[in-house]
Amino acid sequence: MPNPLTSTPVHEPTTDETVETDTPWVVIVWNDPINLMSYVVMVLQKLFGHSREKATKLMLDVHEKGRAVVSAGSREKSELDVFRLHEHGLWATMQKDDQ
Amino acid sequence: MFGRRVRRHRSGNYTLRIDDQERLLLEHLIPQLRELLMATGPSGAVPEAARRLFPVAYVDEENLEAEYQSLMRDDLLRRRLEQLELLEETLTRDQVSEEELDAWIGAVNDLRLVLGTRLDVSEEDPPALDPTDPDSAPYAVYLYLGDLLGELVAARMD
Repeated sequence: MPNPLTSTPVHEPTTDETVETDTPWVVIVWNDPINLMSYVVMVLQKLFGHSREKATKLMLDVHEKGRAVVSAGSREKSELDVFRLHEHGLWATMQKDDQ
Repeated sequence: MFGRRVRRHRSGNYTLRIDDQERLLLEHLIPQLRELLMATGPSGAVPEAARRLFPVAYVDEENLEAEYQSLMRDDLLRRRLEQLELLEETLTRDQVSEEELDAWIGAVNDLRLVLGTRLDVSEEDPPALDPTDPDSAPYAVYLYLGDLLGELVAARMD
């Protein structure tokens, strides 16, 4: 048995771990008939630090295409972004970016 | 139509020129939203009308969704109750701080989400409602809240 204090651990990622770490997640905001356009722009500016122009473009994407990706990254970061969007009443979900 | 009724001051505060009738309407709606929120427990089913206030995060991942709800539902509920309380506390004021204005915006948006869900609104133009239709009064309130929210947001983004 190798000495645990001296041997160099070799990390063999399992397939599951590879999926978990390598596949980024995306956060999607969906179009909804209730939220005001100006309100959505305000929230996107506030949460993601976008300029008025960038936030307006994202909002129009949501409005015209039915959905838009607003952030991407690790699962933890995406979950926090979804939570903050939910706090503000936006219809947001997250999924692995493998589709 | 009304001119600017909500304005940012140099002090960073906001003045609200909102009629007493409007404040009475909000005063009437606040306990109804609170009651609905309180009916949404930390776990378990969300009342249909509150569906938009406690959305699904993971569409295809049942276990992760259950974990998200168990971790986040309480925080989401607490935040909604807190901003509603701040709206109630500052309801008669003519001047509010930025934090208080954000609570107005958040709580008014929550009210719209609930009413809009109940009325099943679409993106079409407002329907021409018969005044005897039971939906005509809540629809008028929904439209009013949209106007008010637009004014609050415009001032916040100035």
